[in-house]
Amino acid sequence: MTTEALALIVFVPLLVAAGMVVLPRSWLGLLIRIGLLPLPFLLLIPTMEVVDNGAYRVVLAGHDSPLGIVWLLDPLSLLMLWLNVGITLLVSLHASFSFPPSDQPARRFWPLWLILFASMNALVLSADLFNIYVTLELVTLAAIGLIAVEGKPAALRAAMRYLLLALMASLLYLLGVGLIYGQTGVLDLYLIAEHLEPAWLTITALALMIVGLLIKSAIFPLHAWLPAAHGNAPGPVSAILSAMVVKVSVYIIWRLWFWTAGDWDLDSAATLMGILGGLAIVYGSVAALVQQRLKMIIAYSTVAQLGYLMLLFPLASTLAFQAASYHLVSHGMAKAAMFLAAANILRSVGSDRLSRLAGIDQRLPLDVFALALAGVSIMGLPPSGGFLAKWLFLEAAREQEAWGWLVLVAASGLLAAAYLFRVLAVMCLHPRRRLRSDRRRRAPNLASVAAILLAVGAIVAGFASAPVLDLVAAGLPPGLAP
Amino acid sequence: MDNAALYVLAAAVLFGVGVYGLIVSAHLMRKLFAINIMGNAIFILMVAVAGPIDGAPDPVPQALVLTGIVIAVSATAFALALMVRLYQETGRATLADDNGPGNDD
Amino acid sequence: MMDLLLFWTPLLLVVVSALTGIVIFIAGERKARLRIILNLLAAVLKVLMVVLIGLLVLAGHTPEFRISLVPGLDLVLRADALSLLFATLSAVLWLVTTVYAIAYLERSPNRARFFGFFSLCVAATMGISLAGNLLTFFIFYELLTLTTWPLVVHTGTATAIRSGRTYLRYTLSGGVLFLIGLIWLYGITGPQDFIAGGTLAEHDLDHRLSLQIIFVLLAVGMGVKAAIYPLHRWLPEAMVAPAPVSALLHAVAVVKAGAFGLVRLVEDVYGPELVAGLGMDLPLLLAAAFTILYGSVQALRQVDLKKRLAFSTVSQVSYIVLGIAVGGPLATIGGIVHLVHQGLMKIILFFCAGIFGNLLGIKYIHQLDGVGRRMPWASACFTVGALGMIGLPPVAGFVSKWYLGAGAVAVGREWVVAVLVTSTVLNASYFLPVLKRIWLNPPPDQWPDEVQVSRIEIQALVGSAMVAALLALGVGLLAGHPLSPLSWATAIVTEYFP
Repeated sequence: MTTEALALIVFVPLLVAAGMVVLPRSWLGLLIRIGLLPLPFLLLIPTMEVVDNGAYRVVLAGHDSPLGIVWLLDPLSLLMLWLNVGITLLVSLHASFSFPPSDQPARRFWPLWLILFASMNALVLSADLFNIYVTLELVTLAAIGLIAVEGKPAALRAAMRYLLLALMASLLYLLGVGLIYGQTGVLDLYLIAEHLEPAWLTITALALMIVGLLIKSAIFPLHAWLPAAHGNAPGPVSAILSAMVVKVSVYIIWRLWFWTAGDWDLDSAATLMGILGGLAIVYGSVAALVQQRLKMIIAYSTVAQLGYLMLLFPLASTLAFQAASYHLVSHGMAKAAMFLAAANILRSVGSDRLSRLAGIDQRLPLDVFALALAGVSIMGLPPSGGFLAKWLFLEAAREQEAWGWLVLVAASGLLAAAYLFRVLAVMCLHPRRRLRSDRRRRAPNLASVAAILLAVGAIVAGFASAPVLDLVAAGLPPGLAP
Repeated sequence: MDNAALYVLAAAVLFGVGVYGLIVSAHLMRKLFAINIMGNAIFILMVAVAGPIDGAPDPVPQALVLTGIVIAVSATAFALALMVRLYQETGRATLADDNGPGNDD
Repeated sequence: MMDLLLFWTPLLLVVVSALTGIVIFIAGERKARLRIILNLLAAVLKVLMVVLIGLLVLAGHTPEFRISLVPGLDLVLRADALSLLFATLSAVLWLVTTVYAIAYLERSPNRARFFGFFSLCVAATMGISLAGNLLTFFIFYELLTLTTWPLVVHTGTATAIRSGRTYLRYTLSGGVLFLIGLIWLYGITGPQDFIAGGTLAEHDLDHRLSLQIIFVLLAVGMGVKAAIYPLHRWLPEAMVAPAPVSALLHAVAVVKAGAFGLVRLVEDVYGPELVAGLGMDLPLLLAAAFTILYGSVQALRQVDLKKRLAFSTVSQVSYIVLGIAVGGPLATIGGIVHLVHQGLMKIILFFCAGIFGNLLGIKYIHQLDGVGRRMPWASACFTVGALGMIGLPPVAGFVSKWYLGAGAVAVGREWVVAVLVTSTVLNASYFLPVLKRIWLNPPPDQWPDEVQVSRIEIQALVGSAMVAALLALGVGLLAGHPLSPLSWATAIVTEYFP
């Protein structure tokens, strides 16, 4: 039952995407619904499985690894599945307005959208290194296709640059996989550990894989492709890129680090990862502070926020794991909300330059409201999911008397406040001239509702953390079990 | 020098050529060639380091490399399509004229 | 039934205002009538709910709402005597300010945004007053920062945006120190509810230095909002906001939240004995005493009426801090009761400054010549407030000063009396000349910028000021009544010094 449900979660969107290409255009609206709406219900079955039994291993088509496809459903992958399904569905609500099925670009957008969705589901479930490579490639190619889907020159250039770096990243990862297989003859993420000694060659292999993944998750200083790509993509695409696509690569690093190499002594490497995270936070925030375009500010904010996910490596405790996972969830919702709100503003004003946005809160109150609510979470101010994540990080740092990380996490909220309040201040400023009314193409209200729902989700996450935190606590890596 | 070492050396040289090409050339076509050369280096390495099991070659790396080649081909095709589109839109097949992110308005 | 009532009422008190705010946002700019009705309805409802909770507390119950944020970490809203004192003050003054603000902003733009955040701001203040532990307090404290910022920048001018930036810079930095102190404290003690007399004494031996540093962090975090020198700079700058906002920032919400937090910190987290034992009472006392004198001297130097009032606030709020830092029951009563008295008196002064500014265009003190003849009622209210600030009986301010002075003598800190006397002289020297101008100087031929407004608008504006003035007189005259703030404060302090 669970096997079938998991297979459907991956293959329904994939098949529907194929159907979209083949079947007549009038079917598109229906196909979108078929590809997306059943997913939350399908996901209930694996959820029951995890609640009852903890973890579940799927061997697809009867071939075990290394040649077959093996999935592992555990609490952490379940969390990622829910996050992906939830955010994709809400963002799709927005996308059904920015890419209405009757329009021409919809035929390019929706198949890629569903492929991206399906391949992220497959990626978080994958339990062997090579499958991860394949699904990661699928995720990247679909994401890049989506960035370029409108064919604007800036987006095309951003997509091209992303593609070159991503291909190189994949090769680094693949090289690592090759070396590890040469050492162990095993590809299963959770079995390699038994066959692997921390010799220099295996450490090199692991390092290559991690560097590749760091490029894909745009961790400072390998972030160069991200701002242009996220800042120029269509609204819903930016939302899912920042909320999910970069996160799944971080998720794979967590898997490699804590599961595959769980009992190795990686302290100095962990500190290095933490320092990268800290630099990402500072650099991303400062860069966001000097941008002139709203979407670029939000994109650099992603660079900064990804840094928090890296703090898990030096802190490495149950609390830190909960903190990082919770940050993943709340940042996902908040950032998606911000990009959607920014897309609505861009659509209505015709530009997202800050200088054009004075007094916009009178015209687009819902979108500004969504932006502000999501901003509260990004700044880590209470009450919001971002605050709880920050609180857990602080507790984790205090527990280990890691005062440096503690101060960094506590103070870095100020940086986020600096760039976000800069945006909000501009919006509250009185416009010098009246906003021209001929360009008033108000985004449909449901598009704003999608942004509001996500932003409210990020705030509500500040009150109802128990299900997520319990789930994470149940799925800790072997070395961290409480 | 045994065969495996020869392959590893060849892979290293090819990889170096690829990296050099990727950094030095401005034209996207050349960059794509370079990336493909890097990919081939890695494929050679993967086949080379996975030694034979019980005399017969280990089939797994062969299968992996085969999949890798398929992915590389499709990614290259996609990249080429993107390049052509970029050329149509901007009249150039390079990233060089990009004067900073977000210059469109 | 009773259990349900006790569980939900504290939350409802917060949620009523928050919901009002959200509905106002959604209703939008054009629905003026709906907005006015909602505002007034919510404000009245709030007063009634506070009365209800007060009755519950008087009957010996403890209304408490509690949910878990993170396992082991609770959000607690609880009504005890101290929280009720602050909640009552906020609810009553809010009602008055709402009436005033509706009239004041009659013709200005962006009213939906203003009143939306205005209501959210009440919700945050209510949360602060009912917070049952330091974490809950922190959550609403930060929420207050967020919801007051749009009010500070409301006019949308470049100056307003700049003041807003200063405001955020101070308050958010204070919040960071607060957060670090909080996480550190919880590391030592685990999550603890507010308990009269404090809960930290048992940790004194092992963690003395940590407790001292934590105290400083938390006190600075709260001192920012309480505008203790040198953390006060944001306050005079925030004067660019509309008058109802200034009234609210100064009298009830922001500075009071800081002062109230310091009361909680000293009395309910550390306990007065431990604060003295750690040697933290003297620094706090010195900071408060210096701020009192500094604020008064600065006020003397201002020529802008609202700026003078702002520095007067800087000085007056530190009376509260002074009271709890002196220690001993009498001074503590003086500090806590001043929480109420300062609020009442300061709100009169800002209401009147707003009336003078809005109707006559008066901004500077020298323009006040002869206002008494033009606007006798408003001027009378202003006089009540000013005399109260100086400490003249029977206005409320006298009661506070009396208790502060007597308390200082009782614990052997006679020099504090000298500070109080100096401050009184300074208060007199910056308020009496203003009163002289208002009543004795001849009016000018033309007011700076006189505007014609409807009768009902003037009545609402002056009426709110008069209600506040009557309250300020009332709590001074009826200080001996069992329900007066003084009796209330005495009852609270009895728990701290059994």
